[in-house]
Amino acid sequence: MAQFVKKDDDRDEEEYSPFLGIEKGSVLQEARVFNDPQLDSRRCSQVITKLLYLLNQGETFTKVEATEVFFAVTKLFQSKDIGLRRMVYLIIKELSPSSDEVIIVTSSLMKDMNSKTDVYRANAIRVLCRITDGTLLTQIERYLKQAIVDKNPVVASAALVSGIHLLQTNPEIVKRWSNEVQEAVQSRAALVQFHALALLHQIRQNDRLAVSKLVTSLTRGTVRSPLAQCLLIRYTSQVIRESSMNNQSGDRPFYDYLEGCLRHKAEMVIFEAARAITELNGVTSRELTPAITVLQLFLSSSKPVLRFAAVRTLNKVAMTHPMAVTNCNIDMESLISDQNRSIATLAITTLLKTGNESGVDRLMKQITNFMSDIADEFKIVVVDAIRSLCLKFPLKYRSLMNFLSNILREEGGFEYKKAIVDSIVILIRDIPDAKESGLLHLCEFIEDCEFTYLSTQILHFLGVEGPKTSDPSKYIRYIYNRVILENATVRASAVSTLAKFGAMVDSLKPRIFILLRRCLYDNDDEVRDRATLYLNTLGGDGSVVETDKDVKDFLFGSLDIPLVNLETSLKNYEPTEEQFDISSVPKEVKSQPLAEKKSAGKKPTALGAPPAAPTSTVDAYEKLLSSIPEFSTFGQLFKSSAPVELTEAETEYAVNVVKHIFDKHVVFQYNCTNTIPEQLLENVIVVVDASEAEEFAEVATKPLKALPYDTPGQTFVAFEKQEGVLAVGRFSNELKFIVKEVDPSTGEAEEDGVEDEYQLEDSEIVAADYMLKVGVSNFRNAWESLGPDFERIDEYGLGPRESLSEAVNAVINLLGMQPCEGTEVVAANSRSHSCLLSGVYIGNVKVLVRLSFGVDSSKEVAMKLAVRSEDESVSDAIHEIVAN
Amino acid sequence: MAIPARRDACPTIKNVLLLDSGGRRVAVKYYTDEWPTNGAKLAFERSVFLKTQKTNARTEVEIVMFENNVVVYKFIQDLHFFVTGGDYENELALDAVLQGLSDAVTLLLRGNVDQREALENLNMMFLCLDEIIDAGMILETDGNMIAGKVATHNMDDGAPLSEQTISQALATAREHLTRSLLR
Repeated sequence: MAQFVKKDDDRDEEEYSPFLGIEKGSVLQEARVFNDPQLDSRRCSQVITKLLYLLNQGETFTKVEATEVFFAVTKLFQSKDIGLRRMVYLIIKELSPSSDEVIIVTSSLMKDMNSKTDVYRANAIRVLCRITDGTLLTQIERYLKQAIVDKNPVVASAALVSGIHLLQTNPEIVKRWSNEVQEAVQSRAALVQFHALALLHQIRQNDRLAVSKLVTSLTRGTVRSPLAQCLLIRYTSQVIRESSMNNQSGDRPFYDYLEGCLRHKAEMVIFEAARAITELNGVTSRELTPAITVLQLFLSSSKPVLRFAAVRTLNKVAMTHPMAVTNCNIDMESLISDQNRSIATLAITTLLKTGNESGVDRLMKQITNFMSDIADEFKIVVVDAIRSLCLKFPLKYRSLMNFLSNILREEGGFEYKKAIVDSIVILIRDIPDAKESGLLHLCEFIEDCEFTYLSTQILHFLGVEGPKTSDPSKYIRYIYNRVILENATVRASAVSTLAKFGAMVDSLKPRIFILLRRCLYDNDDEVRDRATLYLNTLGGDGSVVETDKDVKDFLFGSLDIPLVNLETSLKNYEPTEEQFDISSVPKEVKSQPLAEKKSAGKKPTALGAPPAAPTSTVDAYEKLLSSIPEFSTFGQLFKSSAPVELTEAETEYAVNVVKHIFDKHVVFQYNCTNTIPEQLLENVIVVVDASEAEEFAEVATKPLKALPYDTPGQTFVAFEKQEGVLAVGRFSNELKFIVKEVDPSTGEAEEDGVEDEYQLEDSEIVAADYMLKVGVSNFRNAWESLGPDFERIDEYGLGPRESLSEAVNAVINLLGMQPCEGTEVVAANSRSHSCLLSGVYIGNVKVLVRLSFGVDSSKEVAMKLAVRSEDESVSDAIHEIVAN
Repeated sequence: MAIPARRDACPTIKNVLLLDSGGRRVAVKYYTDEWPTNGAKLAFERSVFLKTQKTNARTEVEIVMFENNVVVYKFIQDLHFFVTGGDYENELALDAVLQGLSDAVTLLLRGNVDQREALENLNMMFLCLDEIIDAGMILETDGNMIAGKVATHNMDDGAPLSEQTISQALATAREHLTRSLLR
C-alpha cells in the first residue's frame, strides 16, 4: 500500500506514524504536483490524503491557502483514475469553497453526474449538492430527479440524501420532487426505501393528512430495511399522537401495527416499537404489557447495547407506570452488578422507583454493596433517586436517612457530598420526624468535613433549624468545635450560628455569651468582628434580656438588596464625610432569576442560605416583589405559580406569566423576552382586561422601561380582591410597547419609536392557585390530629371518564394539592381507588382530603370526598371547588 | 448543516471517531455544530476516551451515556471506534452504524486492524467514513457494501474500471478478505 513518507530508520520507535513530522507548509508545496502536465495520480492521491489528514487533525487553512489548493485540485478532473477522483470529491467537500469558486468545478461535476460510471454519478451528486446554492440547483434539478429513480441504488440514495439536506435551504425546489420520491419509496433496494421515506416525510411533515395517508399505505405494504421500519414506527406514533386528540374513546389506531413490529426479526425494529408503545399518550396497561415483555427479554441479552436500551426505556416507564415495570424487578436486580456502570445505575434507579415500601430495606442492602465501586456521577444519580423514594415513603425515613449518613462518611468528591447534604436537608424540611436525626448526622459530618463550602452551608442551616428543636443545647458542642478546629471562613460562620442560638433560646444565652467572648481573641479579623457585633446586638454586657424583633430580623432576615447592586454602589462610593446609605442602593433586579427556573426543573435547591447558595424560586420571587414599592404593602406572599406561557414558541416576543397570590391581592408577573435583534422595546406594559373576572380590581401596574434583544425583563400588574373569598376568573392580556429600530452593526437604537401592541393568550386564576402543595409524612396521624370537628363529606358523580387514573389526576389538579404516600398512582385495572391529599389553603389553613373513587362498567366514575381542615369555611370551600 | 432535533426525525449521527490507544485522532468526522471548535472536539474525544478506556469493549459493543449523548464503542487491537448520537437516538441504530464501520475497516485492512495499518491506509479510512454517513444521515450500514464501495478505487492504477459495478466491487472486497485469511 501507499507509503506517504519515507519510513524512519528508527523502526522500533513506539509511536510510529506515516505522518510523523508532517507540516502544513511543506504539504502545500507538495500540492504543486496537481499542476504537472503529466499527472502522477498515485502521488496526487497521497498529497490529498496528507491534506485531509491535516484538516482532520484540526489544522486550518487560510482563505488564500484554501483557494490555492482548491484551484489546484480542480485540475485533477483531467485524470481518469477513479481512486484519485474519489479523493478529489472528498477534499472539495472539506474545503467548502465559496460560491464564486464553486463555478469552476460545476461543469466538471455536472459532467460526472451524467457519467456512465455509477460511483461518479453518486459522488458527484453528493458533492454538488453540498457546495451548491439555489440558483445552480435549478439548473441541475432535472438530473437530480432522474437520479432519484436511478436503477442503481447508490445513485438513488445519494440523490435522496442530498434532497434531505437541501430541504433545509431550498424547500420549494425539493418539494417539486415528490413524485419521484414517491416512486423511490417503492424501491426494492432497502436503503433507497429508507432514504426516500425520510425525505418524503420531511416534505410532507406539515400536512397531517398526507402523513397519515403515507403511514396507512406503508403499514400495510412491505418495508424492507430495518431503518426504514424504524422511521415508519416513528411516523406512526406521530400520527397516533395527533389523532388521539380528536378521538377520545375506542381503540387506538395503528396500535396493532406497533404491536406487530414487536415480532419483527430485527432487534432495532422491536426496540423502536416497544419504545414507541411506552411513549403513547395515556398508554393503558393492556397496551404496555407486550412492550414490557420484549424489553424484559432484552434485559438478559448478552449485548450491553440491548440491555442498556431496554433498561433506559424501562426507567422512563417507571416514572409514569411503576406498576407495569415491577414484573421486571428480578431481571433488574441482577443488572445491579452489571459490568457496564451506566446499565447498573439505570437498573438501581428504576428499582428505586418501582420498589414498594416493604422492599426498601432489602434494596438498600444491595445498593450499599454497589455504591463502593461506581463513579461519583453515578452515585449522585442514586442519591437523587433515594431522596425521592424517601419523600414517597416517609415512614421509611429511618433506613434511608441511615443510608445517606453512611455514604456521607465514605470517600467522595465535592459534588457527591453536596448531593447527599442537599438530600438530607430536603428530607429534614419535608419530613418533620426526620429533623432531629438528620441534624445530628449533619453535625457529625462537619466534625470531619474537608469542604469549607459545605461546612458553612450546614452551619447556617443548623442556625436556622437547630434552635427550634426540642434540645438545642446538644448542637452547641459541635458548633463550638468548629470555632476551635477550623479555618477562618468556617469559624466565622460558626460564630454566626452560635449567635442565632443565643438569639432564639434565652436559656442558652449566658453560655453562648461565654463562647462568643472567647472568640474575641481569634486571630482572624472577620471572626473577631462578628463576635463583637453579635455580643453587642444580643446585649452581651452581662444582662440577660429578651431578644427584640429587630435583632432577630437582623440575624435571620435576608438581605433584600441584590448583591450586584450593592457591590456597584460601594465601588462608586467615595470616602467623604457623608456616610454610605444602604437605602440608596437600587433594589431593582437587573437580570431576572429566570436562569433559576431552568435549573429548578432539575432539583430543588436545598440550602437556601445567602450569600453563596442560590435561593429557592419562591424566596427569589418574594425578594423581587418586596423590592417593588407598589407591592411591598401586600403582606406575606402565599404562593407563586409556575410560569404559564402566553405566546406560542418561537414568536417575536416570548411572554410567560407567574401568578403571585397574596391574602388580598394577586400580582401577575409577565416575563417578557424580545427575540428580534433589530428591535428595542420601551415602556412595555400588559393591558389586562378583567371583565370576565369581576371580583378583581386593578390597583397597580409596573411597566418595564426597556426590553432589549434577548434579555428577559418583567412587567407587573396587581389586582385587589376580597380577603377570604375564592375569587376566580379569566383575564385577557395585550402587550403594549414602543418599538425602536436597532442598527444591528452598532447596536444603537433610533430616536423615534412607534407604538405597537401584541395580542397574548388569556390567563386564569383558578381555585388551585389558592392551595399550596405541602405534604405530610404520616397522613393517618395528621388526619386523626385534625379531628372530625370540621369534617365535611359528600359524594359526587364525575360522569364517564377515559380511565380511573385520568379521573384521579383531574381531581388532584383541580384542587392543586399534594398527593401523599404515593396514592396518586392508580393500580392497573382496578375498579376503585382511594387517594390522600394534603395542602395549605390561603390564610395558612391546613387541609387534608380523602378521596375514594369507584368506576362502573360504563366508565362512570363516582367519588366520595372527605375534607378535614382547621377551619369550617375552608372545608366548605373545598367542596365548592369540586361542586363547581 | 442544521439537523432537525425533532424526535420523529430520522436517526442522525453526531460524530464518528476513530482513535488510537492513546486517545489520539486517527480519523474523526463531526456532523453537528455541537462542538464548534477544534478545542471542543478534542475535549469531547478526550472525555469519551477516558470514560471508556477501562472498559472491555472487545467482544461486544459497549455503550455509555454522557452529556446528553449516547456513545456506542468498540475496540479492535489498538483502535477505538466510537459512534455518537443524540439522547433520543435508537441505540441499536447507532450500534448498526458502528458495526458497519468496524466490519468495513476490517475488510479494507484485510484483517490487520491496528493503528499503523489504519494510518497507512488513511485514504481508505476517510472514504469509508464518507460512505457510511453523509452529513449525519446514515448512508449504508452493511460493512461489505461499504468496503465494496471504497475498495473499487484501489484497483491497480490504469486498469479500465469505468464500467465496474457494485457487485464486481463487492467481489473484489471478498477476494481481498479471502486472500488475507489464507495468508
